[in-house]
Amino acid sequence: MKALLHFDRVSVSYNGVPVIHDVSFSLREGEILGIVGESGSGKSTLLKAAMGLLGPGGVVARGDIWYKGKNLPDLAEEELRRLSGPNLAMIFQHAGASFCPIRTVGAQLYEAVNAHETISESEFRKKAATLLQKLRFEDAARILESYPFDLSGGMMQRVGIAAAMLLNPSVLLADEPTSALDVSVQKQAVEEMLLIRELYHTSIVIVTHNIGVVRAMADRVVVMKDGRIVESGDAREVLEHPAQEYTQTLMAAVPRLRLRRGA
Amino acid sequence: MTPILQIQNLKKIFSRDGQSDFTAVDDVSFDMVPGECLGLIGESGSGKSTVANMIVRLLAPSGGRISLDGEDVTDADVRAICRKVQMVFQSPQESFDPRRTLGDGIGESLLTAGRPAAEAREEVARLLESVGLSPDFASRYPHEVSGGQCQRAAIARALAIEPKLLICDEATSALDVTVQAEIVALLSHLMRGHGMACLFICHDIALAQGFCDRLLVMYRGKIVEEGTPDEVIQSPKQEYTKMLIDSVL
Repeated sequence: MKALLHFDRVSVSYNGVPVIHDVSFSLREGEILGIVGESGSGKSTLLKAAMGLLGPGGVVARGDIWYKGKNLPDLAEEELRRLSGPNLAMIFQHAGASFCPIRTVGAQLYEAVNAHETISESEFRKKAATLLQKLRFEDAARILESYPFDLSGGMMQRVGIAAAMLLNPSVLLADEPTSALDVSVQKQAVEEMLLIRELYHTSIVIVTHNIGVVRAMADRVVVMKDGRIVESGDAREVLEHPAQEYTQTLMAAVPRLRLRRGA
Repeated sequence: MTPILQIQNLKKIFSRDGQSDFTAVDDVSFDMVPGECLGLIGESGSGKSTVANMIVRLLAPSGGRISLDGEDVTDADVRAICRKVQMVFQSPQESFDPRRTLGDGIGESLLTAGRPAAEAREEVARLLESVGLSPDFASRYPHEVSGGQCQRAAIARALAIEPKLLICDEATSALDVTVQAEIVALLSHLMRGHGMACLFICHDIALAQGFCDRLLVMYRGKIVEEGTPDEVIQSPKQEYTKMLIDSVL
Protein backbone atom coordinates (compact mmCIF):
# COMPACT_ATOMS: atom_id res chain seq x y z
CA MET A 1 0.00 0.00 0.00
CA LYS A 2 1.22 3.48 -0.87
CA ALA A 3 2.17 5.95 1.85
CA LEU A 4 0.03 9.05 1.59
CA LEU A 5 1.70 11.00 4.36
CA HIS A 6 5.24 10.20 5.38
CA PHE A 7 7.16 11.57 8.36
CA ASP A 8 10.85 11.02 7.60
CA ARG A 9 13.20 11.45 10.60
CA VAL A 10 11.36 14.53 11.85
CA SER A 11 12.70 16.60 14.75
CA VAL A 12 10.82 19.61 16.07
CA SER A 13 12.17 22.34 18.36
CA TYR A 14 10.55 25.14 20.28
CA ASN A 15 12.90 28.11 20.76
CA GLY A 16 15.86 25.84 20.20
CA VAL A 17 14.67 23.20 22.68
CA PRO A 18 14.09 19.87 20.91
CA VAL A 19 10.67 18.34 21.67
CA ILE A 20 10.36 15.73 18.89
CA HIS A 21 13.37 13.53 18.21
CA ASP A 22 13.90 11.74 14.92
CA VAL A 23 10.36 10.46 14.37
CA SER A 24 9.49 8.43 11.26
CA PHE A 25 6.15 6.84 10.33
CA SER A 26 3.77 6.62 7.37
CA LEU A 27 0.04 6.89 6.86
CA ARG A 28 -1.11 4.53 4.15
CA GLU A 29 -4.06 5.07 1.82
CA GLY A 30 -7.41 4.33 3.47
CA GLU A 31 -5.74 3.60 6.79
CA ILE A 32 -6.56 4.77 10.30
CA LEU A 33 -3.38 5.37 12.29
CA GLY A 34 -3.59 5.98 16.03
CA ILE A 35 -0.94 8.00 17.87
CA VAL A 36 -1.11 7.44 21.62
CA GLY A 37 0.92 8.65 24.58
CA GLU A 38 0.64 10.76 27.69
CA SER A 39 0.26 14.55 27.88
CA GLY A 40 3.48 16.16 26.74
CA SER A 41 4.68 13.15 24.74
CA GLY A 42 4.59 15.23 21.54
CA LYS A 43 1.72 13.51 19.74
CA SER A 44 -0.22 16.70 18.94
CA THR A 45 2.99 18.45 17.93
CA LEU A 46 3.37 15.94 15.08
CA LEU A 47 0.01 16.98 13.60
CA LYS A 48 0.77 20.66 14.10
CA ALA A 49 4.10 20.23 12.31
CA ALA A 50 2.32 18.76 9.26
CA MET A 51 -0.27 21.55 9.17
CA GLY A 52 2.21 24.42 9.75
CA LEU A 53 0.55 25.20 13.08
CA LEU A 54 3.57 24.97 15.38
CA GLY A 55 3.19 28.66 16.21
CA PRO A 56 5.86 31.18 17.23
CA GLY A 57 9.16 29.59 18.18
CA GLY A 58 8.27 26.15 16.79
CA VAL A 59 10.16 24.75 13.80
CA VAL A 60 10.70 21.44 12.05
CA ALA A 61 14.43 21.44 12.77
CA ARG A 62 15.29 18.31 10.82
CA GLY A 63 13.60 15.80 8.55
CA ASP A 64 10.76 15.94 6.02
CA ILE A 65 6.99 15.50 6.05
CA TRP A 66 6.01 14.24 2.60
CA TYR A 67 2.52 14.54 1.14
CA LYS A 68 1.98 13.78 -2.58
CA GLY A 69 5.57 14.60 -3.51
CA LYS A 70 5.66 17.82 -1.49
CA ASN A 71 7.62 18.42 1.68
CA LEU A 72 5.07 20.25 3.88
CA PRO A 73 7.53 22.24 6.06
CA ASP A 74 9.11 23.67 2.88
CA LEU A 75 5.84 25.00 1.44
CA ALA A 76 5.04 28.71 1.35
CA GLU A 77 2.16 29.76 3.61
CA GLU A 78 -0.25 30.29 0.70
CA GLU A 79 0.53 26.90 -0.83
CA LEU A 80 -0.05 25.16 2.51
CA ARG A 81 -3.32 27.07 2.95
CA ARG A 82 -4.52 25.78 -0.42
CA LEU A 83 -3.73 22.20 0.61
CA SER A 84 -5.40 22.64 4.01
CA GLY A 85 -9.02 21.68 3.56
CA PRO A 86 -9.26 19.92 0.20
CA ASN A 87 -6.22 17.69 0.84
CA LEU A 88 -5.33 17.73 4.51
CA ALA A 89 -8.02 18.60 7.02
CA MET A 90 -7.71 18.87 10.78
CA ILE A 91 -10.20 18.31 13.60
CA PHE A 92 -9.57 19.69 17.07
CA GLN A 93 -10.59 18.72 20.59
CA HIS A 94 -13.10 21.54 20.89
CA ALA A 95 -14.52 21.86 17.39
CA GLY A 96 -17.30 24.04 18.81
CA ALA A 97 -14.73 26.61 19.91
CA SER A 98 -13.56 27.02 16.31
CA PHE A 99 -16.97 28.42 15.36
CA CYS A 100 -17.90 32.09 15.70
CA PRO A 101 -20.77 32.32 18.21
CA ILE A 102 -22.76 35.03 16.42
CA ARG A 103 -23.10 33.44 12.97
CA THR A 104 -25.01 30.33 11.95
CA VAL A 105 -23.19 27.05 11.44
CA GLY A 106 -24.27 26.99 7.77
CA ALA A 107 -22.92 30.51 7.05
CA GLN A 108 -19.54 29.63 8.53
CA LEU A 109 -19.22 26.34 6.70
CA TYR A 110 -20.16 28.11 3.45
CA GLU A 111 -17.37 30.62 4.01
CA ALA A 112 -14.87 27.80 4.60
CA VAL A 113 -15.86 25.97 1.42
CA ASN A 114 -15.94 29.21 -0.59
CA ALA A 115 -12.31 29.88 0.32
CA HIS A 116 -11.36 26.86 -1.77
CA GLU A 117 -13.96 26.53 -4.53
CA THR A 118 -16.52 28.79 -6.21
CA ILE A 119 -19.94 27.56 -5.23
CA SER A 120 -23.32 29.27 -4.86
CA GLU A 121 -24.95 29.27 -1.45
CA SER A 122 -27.89 27.12 -2.60
CA GLU A 123 -25.53 24.56 -4.15
CA PHE A 124 -23.52 24.56 -0.92
CA ARG A 125 -26.68 23.99 1.17
CA LYS A 126 -27.56 20.97 -0.95
CA LYS A 127 -24.04 19.60 -0.73
CA ALA A 128 -23.81 20.14 3.04
CA ALA A 129 -27.26 18.63 3.66
CA THR A 130 -26.35 15.55 1.61
CA LEU A 131 -23.10 15.08 3.52
CA LEU A 132 -24.79 15.46 6.92
CA GLN A 133 -27.49 12.97 5.92
CA LYS A 134 -24.87 10.47 4.76
CA LEU A 135 -23.16 10.86 8.12
CA ARG A 136 -26.52 10.06 9.79
CA PHE A 137 -27.44 13.46 11.19
CA GLU A 138 -31.17 13.51 11.72
CA ASP A 139 -32.04 17.08 10.85
CA ALA A 140 -29.41 18.54 8.51
CA ALA A 141 -31.35 21.71 7.63
CA ARG A 142 -31.86 22.61 11.28
CA ILE A 143 -28.16 22.12 12.05
CA LEU A 144 -27.12 24.49 9.25
CA GLU A 145 -29.56 27.14 10.48
CA SER A 146 -28.45 26.79 14.12
CA TYR A 147 -26.08 29.03 15.99
CA PRO A 148 -23.23 27.14 17.71
CA PHE A 149 -24.83 27.71 21.14
CA ASP A 150 -28.07 26.08 19.97
CA LEU A 151 -26.30 22.74 19.68
CA SER A 152 -24.88 20.60 22.48
CA GLY A 153 -21.11 20.17 22.88
CA GLY A 154 -21.31 16.64 21.54
CA MET A 155 -23.38 17.68 18.53
CA MET A 156 -20.95 20.56 17.77
CA GLN A 157 -18.08 18.09 17.83
CA ARG A 158 -19.89 15.79 15.41
CA VAL A 159 -20.64 18.80 13.16
CA GLY A 160 -16.96 19.80 13.34
CA ILE A 161 -15.92 16.34 12.16
CA ALA A 162 -18.50 16.42 9.35
CA ALA A 163 -17.41 19.94 8.34
CA ALA A 164 -13.88 18.73 7.72
CA MET A 165 -15.35 16.41 5.07
CA LEU A 166 -17.06 19.18 3.03
CA LEU A 167 -13.98 19.56 0.85
CA ASN A 168 -13.46 15.79 0.67
CA PRO A 169 -9.85 15.71 1.91
CA SER A 170 -7.72 12.62 1.40
CA VAL A 171 -6.20 12.91 4.89
CA LEU A 172 -7.97 13.77 8.13
CA LEU A 173 -5.77 14.72 11.09
CA ALA A 174 -7.79 14.41 14.29
CA ASP A 175 -6.33 15.82 17.52
CA GLU A 176 -8.15 14.37 20.57
CA PRO A 177 -11.49 14.61 18.73
CA THR A 178 -13.42 12.66 21.38
CA SER A 179 -11.64 13.62 24.59
CA ALA A 180 -14.15 16.25 25.70
CA LEU A 181 -17.13 13.94 25.12
CA ASP A 182 -18.81 11.51 27.47
CA VAL A 183 -18.99 7.85 26.54
CA SER A 184 -22.26 7.75 24.58
CA VAL A 185 -21.37 10.75 22.39
CA GLN A 186 -17.79 9.54 22.13
CA LYS A 187 -19.06 6.34 20.57
CA GLN A 188 -21.12 8.33 18.03
CA ALA A 189 -18.07 10.41 17.04
CA VAL A 190 -15.97 7.27 16.60
CA GLU A 191 -18.71 5.69 14.46
CA GLU A 192 -18.89 8.90 12.38
CA MET A 193 -15.15 8.74 11.63
CA LEU A 194 -15.36 5.04 10.72
CA LEU A 195 -18.27 5.85 8.40
CA ILE A 196 -16.22 8.63 6.77
CA ARG A 197 -13.48 6.16 5.93
CA GLU A 198 -16.02 3.68 4.58
CA LEU A 199 -17.86 6.24 2.41
CA TYR A 200 -14.97 8.43 1.24
CA HIS A 201 -11.91 6.20 1.66
CA THR A 202 -10.34 8.97 3.78
CA SER A 203 -7.08 8.18 5.58
CA ILE A 204 -7.16 9.26 9.21
CA VAL A 205 -4.51 10.02 11.83
CA ILE A 206 -6.08 10.09 15.27
CA VAL A 207 -4.11 11.48 18.20
CA THR A 208 -5.57 10.56 21.55
CA HIS A 209 -4.74 9.45 25.06
CA ASN A 210 -7.88 7.29 25.05
CA ILE A 211 -6.77 3.73 24.39
CA GLY A 212 -10.39 2.58 23.95
CA VAL A 213 -10.90 4.97 21.04
CA VAL A 214 -7.74 3.71 19.35
CA ARG A 215 -8.74 0.10 19.95
CA ALA A 216 -12.11 0.79 18.29
CA MET A 217 -10.71 2.64 15.27
CA ALA A 218 -7.06 2.20 14.41
CA ASP A 219 -5.43 -0.28 12.03
CA ARG A 220 -1.95 0.62 13.20
CA VAL A 221 -0.67 2.39 16.32
CA VAL A 222 2.32 4.58 17.14
CA VAL A 223 3.18 4.94 20.85
CA MET A 224 4.98 8.16 21.80
CA LYS A 225 6.93 9.08 24.92
CA ASP A 226 9.03 12.18 25.55
CA GLY A 227 9.06 13.10 21.85
CA ARG A 228 10.19 9.69 20.62
CA ILE A 229 8.42 6.67 19.18
CA VAL A 230 8.54 3.86 21.73
CA GLU A 231 6.70 1.25 19.72
CA SER A 232 4.61 1.00 16.56
CA GLY A 233 2.82 -1.65 14.57
CA ASP A 234 -0.48 -3.44 14.03
CA ALA A 235 -3.04 -1.98 16.46
CA ARG A 236 -4.22 -5.26 17.92
CA GLU A 237 -0.66 -6.52 18.34
CA VAL A 238 0.60 -3.37 20.07
CA LEU A 239 -2.46 -2.97 22.34
CA GLU A 240 -2.85 -6.63 23.31
CA HIS A 241 0.78 -7.75 23.32
CA PRO A 242 2.95 -4.67 23.79
CA ALA A 243 6.64 -5.43 23.39
CA GLN A 244 8.02 -2.40 25.22
CA GLU A 245 7.89 -1.94 28.95
CA TYR A 246 6.49 1.59 28.63
CA THR A 247 3.58 0.43 26.47
CA GLN A 248 2.91 -2.37 28.95
CA THR A 249 2.73 0.17 31.81
CA LEU A 250 0.42 2.37 29.76
CA MET A 251 -1.93 -0.51 28.93
CA ALA A 252 -1.93 -1.76 32.52
CA ALA A 253 -3.14 1.67 33.68
CA VAL A 254 -6.20 1.62 31.40
CA PRO A 255 -9.32 0.77 33.42
CA ARG A 256 -11.30 -2.07 31.81
CA LEU A 257 -14.89 -3.09 32.31
CA ARG A 258 -15.48 -6.49 33.88
CA LEU A 259 -18.50 -7.53 31.85
CA ARG A 260 -18.72 -11.12 33.02
CA ARG A 261 -18.75 -12.57 36.48
CA GLY A 262 -15.28 -13.44 37.67
CA ALA A 263 -13.74 -11.90 34.54
CA MET B 1 -24.14 2.78 62.24
CA THR B 2 -25.09 6.42 61.59
CA PRO B 3 -24.79 7.18 57.89
CA ILE B 4 -22.08 9.74 57.16
CA LEU B 5 -24.32 11.24 54.50
CA GLN B 6 -28.10 11.09 54.10
CA ILE B 7 -29.78 12.66 51.10
CA GLN B 8 -33.58 12.76 51.09
CA ASN B 9 -35.72 13.88 48.17
CA LEU B 10 -33.09 16.37 47.05
CA LYS B 11 -34.18 18.70 44.28
CA LYS B 12 -32.59 21.52 42.30
CA ILE B 13 -34.54 23.67 39.89
CA PHE B 14 -32.74 26.31 37.85
CA SER B 15 -34.96 29.20 36.73
CA ARG B 16 -34.02 30.63 33.38
CA ASP B 17 -35.16 34.06 32.25
CA GLY B 18 -38.10 33.82 29.90
CA GLN B 19 -37.87 30.04 29.63
CA SER B 20 -39.42 27.19 31.52
CA ASP B 21 -37.62 26.06 34.68
CA PHE B 22 -35.04 23.30 34.38
CA THR B 23 -35.00 20.50 36.94
CA ALA B 24 -31.37 19.45 37.23
CA VAL B 25 -31.80 17.16 40.24
CA ASP B 26 -35.18 15.52 40.67
CA ASP B 27 -36.08 13.80 43.93
CA VAL B 28 -32.73 12.15 44.65
CA SER B 29 -32.31 10.09 47.83
CA PHE B 30 -29.36 7.97 48.99
CA ASP B 31 -27.24 7.20 52.06
CA MET B 32 -23.54 6.60 52.55
CA VAL B 33 -22.02 4.67 55.45
CA PRO B 34 -18.68 5.74 56.99
CA GLY B 35 -15.67 4.55 54.97
CA GLU B 36 -17.77 3.69 51.93
CA CYS B 37 -16.72 4.54 48.39
CA LEU B 38 -19.85 5.40 46.41
CA GLY B 39 -19.60 6.01 42.67
CA LEU B 40 -22.00 8.39 40.93
CA ILE B 41 -21.95 7.79 37.18
CA GLY B 42 -23.94 9.16 34.23
CA GLU B 43 -23.49 11.36 31.18
CA SER B 44 -22.74 15.11 31.15
CA GLY B 45 -25.77 17.08 32.26
CA SER B 46 -27.29 14.22 34.26
CA GLY B 47 -27.01 16.20 37.52
CA LYS B 48 -24.05 14.46 39.20
CA SER B 49 -22.08 17.62 39.94
CA THR B 50 -25.21 19.52 40.98
CA VAL B 51 -25.78 16.91 43.71
CA ALA B 52 -22.17 17.34 44.88
CA ASN B 53 -22.39 21.12 44.79
CA MET B 54 -25.50 21.04 46.99
CA ILE B 55 -23.80 18.78 49.54
CA VAL B 56 -20.93 21.26 49.97
CA ARG B 57 -23.32 24.24 49.80
CA LEU B 58 -21.91 25.71 46.60
CA LEU B 59 -25.58 25.57 45.55
CA ALA B 60 -28.71 25.84 47.68
CA PRO B 61 -31.18 22.96 47.21
CA SER B 62 -34.67 23.77 45.92
CA GLY B 63 -36.08 21.01 48.10
CA GLY B 64 -35.16 17.99 50.22
CA ARG B 65 -32.83 17.41 53.15
CA ILE B 66 -29.11 16.75 53.53
CA SER B 67 -27.64 15.27 56.74
CA LEU B 68 -23.95 14.91 57.45
CA ASP B 69 -22.87 12.58 60.24
CA GLY B 70 -26.38 12.59 61.72
CA GLU B 71 -26.77 16.37 61.65
CA ASP B 72 -29.18 18.18 59.32
CA VAL B 73 -27.05 20.60 57.29
CA THR B 74 -29.58 21.56 54.61
CA ASP B 75 -29.44 25.21 55.66
CA ALA B 76 -26.10 25.16 57.46
CA ASP B 77 -23.24 27.59 56.91
CA VAL B 78 -20.44 26.49 54.53
CA ARG B 79 -17.91 26.87 57.35
CA ALA B 80 -19.81 24.43 59.54
CA ILE B 81 -19.84 21.83 56.76
CA CYS B 82 -16.30 22.10 55.46
CA ARG B 83 -14.89 20.48 58.61
CA LYS B 84 -16.72 17.31 57.71
CA VAL B 85 -16.74 17.27 53.94
CA GLN B 86 -14.14 18.39 51.41
CA MET B 87 -14.13 18.37 47.65
CA VAL B 88 -11.57 17.71 44.91
CA PHE B 89 -12.38 19.16 41.50
CA GLN B 90 -11.65 18.19 37.90
CA SER B 91 -9.12 20.91 37.05
CA PRO B 92 -6.56 21.05 39.85
CA GLN B 93 -4.74 24.06 38.42
CA GLU B 94 -7.96 26.06 38.44
CA SER B 95 -8.81 25.11 42.01
CA PHE B 96 -5.71 26.83 43.44
CA ASP B 97 -5.17 30.59 43.56
CA PRO B 98 -2.53 31.18 40.82
CA ARG B 99 -0.85 33.94 42.86
CA ARG B 100 -0.28 31.83 45.96
CA THR B 101 1.91 28.81 46.57
CA LEU B 102 0.51 25.32 46.99
CA GLY B 103 1.69 25.43 50.62
CA ASP B 104 -0.39 28.58 51.26
CA GLY B 105 -3.41 26.92 49.67
CA ILE B 106 -3.07 23.76 51.73
CA GLY B 107 -2.25 25.64 54.94
CA GLU B 108 -5.16 28.05 54.71
CA SER B 109 -7.72 25.61 56.03
CA LEU B 110 -5.46 24.73 58.96
CA LEU B 111 -5.02 28.40 59.87
CA THR B 112 -8.77 28.95 59.54
CA ALA B 113 -9.27 26.02 61.91
CA GLY B 114 -7.14 27.93 64.44
CA ARG B 115 -3.82 26.08 64.19
CA PRO B 116 -0.69 28.18 64.91
CA ALA B 117 1.33 29.11 61.81
CA ALA B 118 4.45 27.11 62.70
CA GLU B 119 2.41 24.00 63.42
CA ALA B 120 0.46 24.49 60.17
CA ARG B 121 3.72 24.64 58.18
CA GLU B 122 4.86 21.32 59.62
CA GLU B 123 1.47 19.82 58.96
CA VAL B 124 1.58 20.99 55.31
CA ALA B 125 4.92 19.20 54.85
CA ARG B 126 3.46 16.04 56.38
CA LEU B 127 0.34 16.27 54.16
CA LEU B 128 2.44 16.69 51.02
CA GLU B 129 4.42 13.60 51.95
CA SER B 130 1.23 11.63 52.52
CA VAL B 131 0.20 12.27 48.91
CA GLY B 132 3.64 11.38 47.56
CA LEU B 133 5.07 14.89 47.07
CA SER B 134 8.26 16.19 48.66
CA PRO B 135 7.80 19.02 51.20
CA ASP B 136 9.50 21.55 48.89
CA PHE B 137 6.35 21.51 46.74
CA ALA B 138 4.91 23.85 49.40
CA SER B 139 6.84 26.75 47.87
CA ARG B 140 5.77 26.06 44.28
CA TYR B 141 3.00 27.82 42.39
CA PRO B 142 0.21 25.87 40.63
CA HIS B 143 1.65 26.59 37.17
CA GLU B 144 5.04 25.19 38.19
CA VAL B 145 3.79 21.64 38.69
CA SER B 146 2.17 19.04 36.42
CA GLY B 147 -1.55 18.29 36.42
CA GLY B 148 -1.04 15.08 38.38
CA GLN B 149 1.17 16.78 41.00
CA CYS B 150 -1.36 19.61 41.33
CA GLN B 151 -4.18 17.10 41.86
CA ARG B 152 -2.11 15.40 44.58
CA ALA B 153 -1.74 18.82 46.24
CA ALA B 154 -5.51 19.37 45.95
CA ILE B 155 -6.07 16.03 47.70
CA ALA B 156 -3.58 17.06 50.41
CA ARG B 157 -5.56 20.28 50.88
CA ALA B 158 -8.83 18.37 51.12
CA LEU B 159 -7.32 16.03 53.74
CA ALA B 160 -5.83 18.82 55.87
CA ILE B 161 -8.73 18.98 58.31
CA GLU B 162 -9.38 15.24 58.17
CA PRO B 163 -12.88 15.26 56.66
CA LYS B 164 -15.18 12.28 57.16
CA LEU B 165 -16.37 12.56 53.57
CA LEU B 166 -14.36 13.41 50.47
CA ILE B 167 -16.19 14.31 47.26
CA CYS B 168 -14.19 13.79 44.07
CA ASP B 169 -15.92 15.48 41.14
CA GLU B 170 -14.26 14.02 38.04
CA ALA B 171 -11.00 14.30 39.97
CA THR B 172 -9.06 12.09 37.57
CA SER B 173 -10.82 12.88 34.26
CA ALA B 174 -8.26 15.44 33.10
CA LEU B 175 -5.28 13.20 33.88
CA ASP B 176 -3.40 10.63 31.81
CA VAL B 177 -4.26 7.00 32.52
CA THR B 178 -0.97 6.30 34.27
CA VAL B 179 -1.41 9.34 36.55
CA GLN B 180 -5.08 8.43 37.02
CA ALA B 181 -4.06 4.98 38.25
CA GLU B 182 -1.64 6.59 40.75
CA ILE B 183 -4.29 9.00 42.08
CA VAL B 184 -6.89 6.26 42.49
CA ALA B 185 -4.36 4.09 44.34
CA LEU B 186 -3.55 7.09 46.55
CA LEU B 187 -7.25 7.67 47.30
CA SER B 188 -7.79 4.00 48.25
CA HIS B 189 -4.78 4.12 50.54
CA LEU B 190 -5.92 7.35 52.21
CA MET B 191 -9.50 6.13 52.64
CA ARG B 192 -8.27 3.02 54.41
CA GLY B 193 -5.89 5.03 56.56
CA HIS B 194 -8.40 7.71 57.63
CA GLY B 195 -11.61 5.65 57.52
CA MET B 196 -12.89 8.39 55.25
CA ALA B 197 -15.88 7.92 52.92
CA CYS B 198 -15.65 9.00 49.29
CA LEU B 199 -18.35 10.11 46.85
CA PHE B 200 -16.65 9.47 43.52
CA ILE B 201 -18.27 11.29 40.59
CA CYS B 202 -17.00 9.98 37.33
CA HIS B 203 -18.09 9.29 33.78
CA ASP B 204 -15.45 6.59 33.27
CA ILE B 205 -17.52 3.50 34.06
CA ALA B 206 -14.61 1.05 34.04
CA LEU B 207 -12.71 3.21 36.52
CA ALA B 208 -15.75 3.44 38.82
CA GLN B 209 -16.24 -0.33 38.62
CA GLY B 210 -12.69 -0.95 39.76
CA PHE B 211 -12.63 1.65 42.53
CA CYS B 212 -16.07 1.90 44.14
CA ASP B 213 -17.99 -0.27 46.63
CA ARG B 214 -21.37 0.73 45.23
CA LEU B 215 -22.63 2.61 42.16
CA LEU B 216 -25.51 5.00 41.51
CA VAL B 217 -26.46 5.75 37.89
CA MET B 218 -27.95 9.20 37.23
CA TYR B 219 -29.90 10.17 34.17
CA ARG B 220 -31.81 13.42 33.62
CA GLY B 221 -31.66 14.38 37.28
CA LYS B 222 -32.84 11.06 38.68
CA ILE B 223 -31.11 8.00 40.09
CA VAL B 224 -32.16 5.27 37.69
CA GLU B 225 -30.14 2.35 39.04
CA GLU B 226 -28.20 1.34 42.14
CA GLY B 227 -26.14 -1.67 43.17
CA THR B 228 -22.68 -3.10 43.57
CA PRO B 229 -20.44 -2.25 40.58
CA ASP B 230 -20.63 -5.80 39.23
CA GLU B 231 -24.45 -5.93 39.61
CA VAL B 232 -24.91 -2.64 37.78
CA ILE B 233 -22.41 -3.35 35.02
CA GLN B 234 -22.85 -7.08 34.50
CA SER B 235 -26.64 -7.21 34.82
CA PRO B 236 -28.07 -3.72 34.35
CA LYS B 237 -31.83 -3.49 34.81
CA GLN B 238 -32.52 -0.19 33.07
CA GLU B 239 -32.34 0.44 29.33
CA TYR B 240 -30.37 3.63 29.95
CA THR B 241 -27.70 1.80 31.98
CA LYS B 242 -27.43 -0.85 29.27
CA MET B 243 -26.95 1.85 26.62
CA LEU B 244 -24.32 3.60 28.77
CA ILE B 245 -22.34 0.39 29.32
CA ASP B 246 -22.69 -0.53 25.69
CA SER B 247 -21.05 2.79 24.72
CA VAL B 248 -17.82 2.02 26.55
CA LEU B 249 -15.12 1.43 23.95
